Amino acid sequence: MTGLLALLGRKTLDSFSRLGRGTLFLLRAMAGLPSLLPRPGLVIQQLYSIGVLSLLIIVVSGIFVGMVLALQGYNTLVNFGAEQSLGVLVALSLLRELGPVVTALLFAGRAGSALTAEIGLMKTTEQLSGMEMMAVDPIKRVVAPRLLAGFLAMPLLAVIFSFLGIMGAYVVSVATLGVDDGAFWSQMQSAVDFREDVMNGVIKSLVFGFVASWIAVFEGYDAEPTSEGVSRATTRTVVHTSLAVLGLDFVLTAVMFG
Amino acid sequence: MAKQRIIEIWVGLFVAAGFAALFGLAMQVSNIPVFQTTEGYDVYLRFENVGGLRPRAPVTMSGVRVGRVKSIELDENTYQALVTITIESRFDRIPEDTSASIFTSGLLGEQYIALDPGGTDWFLEAGDEIALTQGALVLERLIGRFLTSMGQDDN
Repeated sequence: MTGLLALLGRKTLDSFSRLGRGTLFLLRAMAGLPSLLPRPGLVIQQLYSIGVLSLLIIVVSGIFVGMVLALQGYNTLVNFGAEQSLGVLVALSLLRELGPVVTALLFAGRAGSALTAEIGLMKTTEQLSGMEMMAVDPIKRVVAPRLLAGFLAMPLLAVIFSFLGIMGAYVVSVATLGVDDGAFWSQMQSAVDFREDVMNGVIKSLVFGFVASWIAVFEGYDAEPTSEGVSRATTRTVVHTSLAVLGLDFVLTAVMFG
Repeated sequence: MAKQRIIEIWVGLFVAAGFAALFGLAMQVSNIPVFQTTEGYDVYLRFENVGGLRPRAPVTMSGVRVGRVKSIELDENTYQALVTITIESRFDRIPEDTSASIFTSGLLGEQYIALDPGGTDWFLEAGDEIALTQGALVLERLIGRFLTSMGQDDN
């Protein structure tokens, strides 16, 4: 019995200490951001591997999510003779929810896991301690540019996702389902508000980008320096990011659209 | 060095694509408020019932949009709905005795205000009130009236 209680206590203390370490780590990384100003090359390199290399999966999923939304929405809306509202349905679902959330989930799988594995492997092969030995702060040199790049890349990816999703839905609904071209856009334009819908989606993706890159770099930096530890850290990154994104999405939606 | 340059070009393309998508969303998908802050003059209307009218609903004349609903409030003295609409300033020759009604676009679509032009030579100005108004037709009331009249026919 006491063993069980002790286990529970140890788990709780563990998770609290991880949370504390994560926050301290984040503060140190944020403090390292100004030192990136004279060396933008580091951030550009990371923007390439985080943002540009994620483009393919974002583009393909965006188009397909939009097309599926159009098909599914049409089947329901046509029962009420409201297929003209298909554009509204697709645009609002993409801009408010699916764009930011699906992008964040894909980001966790594509870029977050890569970040964790990269930093974890650097730690395992003692490159990080090597840097410290040469009086190079690994947090400034390795972590800060990745954090900033993830933070910048996510909203751009989410916006591209939503835009291509709407285009995919447009092609499906106008070309194959026979929805009126003008009604599709005009209904969408009258229902979608730039500040309310588009900008709130961008704010969501900023928050998700921040959380996703924080978790990814922290898990990598905090990984046990063994091959098994790195693989566990990579898994944790994907799981924790997905949970955090879905939980935060609910909170943000309640605040923004509640 | 050449590799670094290619990476920079790709990142530049990525950022440009992101902003282009945002621009596309602003122009094509939403009605961006920057271009939509209807420059114009405010006119007041009083309705018995505004039904499902919302702020930003269109105000039309002969089917052409001339402005938007700015706000909807309750006049606490008369218990009527006080609707403020903004008419674009280029439509500055709307007669003073214009009448306004709330219609629904389609059977279940959104509601809008339609203006029917009057005939005087005096034109509406900022702060004027359109006196001739007809509120929204509430479907339940119509059905109720229809049912009572059916009942009377039977007697």
